[in-house]
Amino acid sequence: MGELSEFPLRYKLFLKGYPWRRIEPVPWAPLKKPIKDCRLAVVSSAGLVQPGQAPFDDSIRGGDYSFREIPADADVVTLMDTHRSELYDHSGLRQDPNLVFPLDRLREMEKRGRIGSLNRRHLSLMGSITAPNRLVKKTAPAAAGKLVDDDVDIALLVPV
Amino acid sequence: MCNQAVGLVAAELERRGISTVAIQLLRKVAEKVRPPRALAVPFRHGFPLDKPDNPGRQHAVIEAALNVLEDRRLQPPAIVDYEPEKKKGSGDAI
Repeated sequence: MGELSEFPLRYKLFLKGYPWRRIEPVPWAPLKKPIKDCRLAVVSSAGLVQPGQAPFDDSIRGGDYSFREIPADADVVTLMDTHRSELYDHSGLRQDPNLVFPLDRLREMEKRGRIGSLNRRHLSLMGSITAPNRLVKKTAPAAAGKLVDDDVDIALLVPV
Repeated sequence: MCNQAVGLVAAELERRGISTVAIQLLRKVAEKVRPPRALAVPFRHGFPLDKPDNPGRQHAVIEAALNVLEDRRLQPPAIVDYEPEKKKGSGDAI
């Protein structure tokens, strides 16, 4: 388990008093068909971008709440880490971006029939968002709209 | 914060009919934010799928996440702990 003890004292104190956003009520979309027939999308908050895409902007107060679309045929090793947080070790994901954006692993699972298909696009966020109102009111609905348009059945969400 | 961010997006996806499973690195945060389905993993921040360049370990975590989606006994909000024993078993099967 990740532990708060991993973080510096200043951040631990911030987290201790942080008003986490409680999801209420908790929505629930039951699985409608076997996963071998489902279309899957990845949503990762590791702040990865493709070459040519704008990096996430750490000057935005409360956190950059934008997102990037990562096409299904993206070469995972070319995805770039633009998450500026110094609170965690970036070495693993820079060595192998599948650690936070596992397109290669999911392609392998698609090939052996564990999942039906990978969606044509996946979503990349930068998760250090301390003021989540804009994430809730703008980003999440926009992201969901894209995946609904694509007839996505299931989503795997990966924090960092 | 990352745990909260993906949880909040997962909630919106579920409202729109997409079934989700969110990996969570801090169980205590998952308990407070309450994403619909969470797989709580025992890894440090920066390593949500266990180890870099280790497809077997990464597959095992994803497989456990898919199992959460398939478990019809679960009720919202559901938090399932990733079990190292299962990880080994799933890893061997791949």
